[in-house]
Amino acid sequence: MIEVQNLSKHYGDKKAVDNISFKAEDGEILGFLGPNGAGKSTTMNILTGYISCTDGKALIDGIDILENPIKAKSKIGYLPEQPPLYLDMTVREYLNFIYDLKKCKLPRNSHLKDICSLVKIEHVYNRIIKNLSKGYRQRVGLAQALVGNPNVLILDEPTVGLDPKQIIEIRTLIKKLGKNHTVILSSHILSEVQAVCDKIIVINEGKIVADDTEDNLSRKLSVDHKLSVRIDGPKNEVAKLIKGINGVVSCEEGAQHSDTVWDYRVEAKEGVDIRRELFKRIAERNWYILEMKSSELSLEDIFLKLTMGEAIPALEKKSDGGRD
Amino acid sequence: MGAIFRREVLSYFTSPIGYIFLAAFYACSAVSFANVSLNYGSTQLDGVFGEIMIILIVLIPILTMRTLSEEKKNKTDQCLLTAPVSLWGIVLGKFLAAFLIYILGVAITIVYAIVVSAYAAPDWTVILGNVTGLALLGAAFIAVGMFCSSFTENQVVSAVVSFIVMVALYLFTTIGNVIPIDFIENIMPGFSNLARAIIVAVVIIAVGTVVYFVAGRKASTVLITVAIALVLGLFTYAGDNLPDVFARLSFWERYYGFTYGLFDLSNVLFFVSAAAVFLFLSVRVLEKRRWS
Repeated sequence: MIEVQNLSKHYGDKKAVDNISFKAEDGEILGFLGPNGAGKSTTMNILTGYISCTDGKALIDGIDILENPIKAKSKIGYLPEQPPLYLDMTVREYLNFIYDLKKCKLPRNSHLKDICSLVKIEHVYNRIIKNLSKGYRQRVGLAQALVGNPNVLILDEPTVGLDPKQIIEIRTLIKKLGKNHTVILSSHILSEVQAVCDKIIVINEGKIVADDTEDNLSRKLSVDHKLSVRIDGPKNEVAKLIKGINGVVSCEEGAQHSDTVWDYRVEAKEGVDIRRELFKRIAERNWYILEMKSSELSLEDIFLKLTMGEAIPALEKKSDGGRD
Repeated sequence: MGAIFRREVLSYFTSPIGYIFLAAFYACSAVSFANVSLNYGSTQLDGVFGEIMIILIVLIPILTMRTLSEEKKNKTDQCLLTAPVSLWGIVLGKFLAAFLIYILGVAITIVYAIVVSAYAAPDWTVILGNVTGLALLGAAFIAVGMFCSSFTENQVVSAVVSFIVMVALYLFTTIGNVIPIDFIENIMPGFSNLARAIIVAVVIIAVGTVVYFVAGRKASTVLITVAIALVLGLFTYAGDNLPDVFARLSFWERYYGFTYGLFDLSNVLFFVSAAAVFLFLSVRVLEKRRWS
């Protein structure tokens, strides 16, 4: 479990992290989302005790990282932005060094073997890290964080620089780890956070701008319950039919694609799902729905809205420090 | 600490640095041995030990230049500083590893003694004292080198700065002699040393205050002013005894006793405490980096 209370970090006049608070429970994957320079890495460096905070508290399993650093650090596995690898060592030497450094008590050989098979680096085990590709270095970095099986995993942009296949592998791995660890993960890739995390914190210029599960964020920010439908059928009749559905507030025609194919923007009352009804009625008339999508905001939209300073009033209650 | 010690020792031999240090140390000390001892048919190794100090000033920076600077450059310090190890554990682990390599180098002097003993029995107690002195001197130098390495991310900068600092420590006696302390005494003939010291300090603080307000109010100006006022004030207070003070702090003077076969406990304590002070300062630099 990680608890952060009113954490601040100032570099001179610049506030890198400004009074943020959040909590990550056991078995939870917390996503840290923000543009470059938002304060993600700084926060993670404070959580792991690499740098100190100017103000506030960071608790790892209830232990203050500044008051009892050694004990708190023994509960953390950290993968910094740039994996801290000694390039002139082999993977085996390196992981054994980390094992000793963390004063790990687990059976050495089987534990290291388990980790290597988990991140799939068995076949480079005896190679010198200098000669490994970026993807493998990243995995060795992840392996390093996993040594000692710490309760808390802090991963700073774990998939950066990997190819798409590796990204999917690492994400699957993180999801798997999230079941019995507390994981904090940072990223500026929105789809990644969307795919992996249970809970998302959006951070910008050192402040938390949103702290909620992704679904809630989406729901709160979506302006209306709008659908965008492309239908093959006579325009005016289709529009009439849509307006006749219970709960529909308005229906506008959009772009025309061919003689009978038109886009329609349909707005329903909040909380009313008209999709099934729409499908049934269109089908009854032997018209065709070619495309239907909800205009619910994606994380990209949310992100832009929040970081461009367009936070919606509904969310403002949530964004004043992100306390639940 | 153990893990860091083992990794460091290993890294001295996976990189060329360990080999270069040992090879250069063996070669240079052997030249000195051939020149000072074998050439003159003398069983006395004192001269060799005296010259080894010069060799150390060149070679110890090579041994220590990467200890802390490379960690920072490669960001591997993130791994050490977020591991459940104290800063002292990190610094001491690295210090002991460098010291072990150094002792491997120093051990060659025993070989020279054995070579000499083929001709005539050398004074073993003197040689033992010499080796002890050399080990202590090396420990202090390694700590100085690590301290210089803690400032920078650049190995070359680290090596050059530690070289300069070590030369200064070696030449401390000379430095003490050339500081023109009579200059202040001539300006203020009628005063006691204490009064002169206070006047010097006050003048410097006054200048510092002006600089502080003119050049934008920076905290560093205050620190530098106080440091200069303190140092020059103390110099003035020491007055005619200044060269003596410097001589007592000189690494060369302290080490010179050992090469004579003089085993003085105060010299032992001097080197041990010099090593401790510089290691402490290295820890403080690491700690400070965390807070800035």
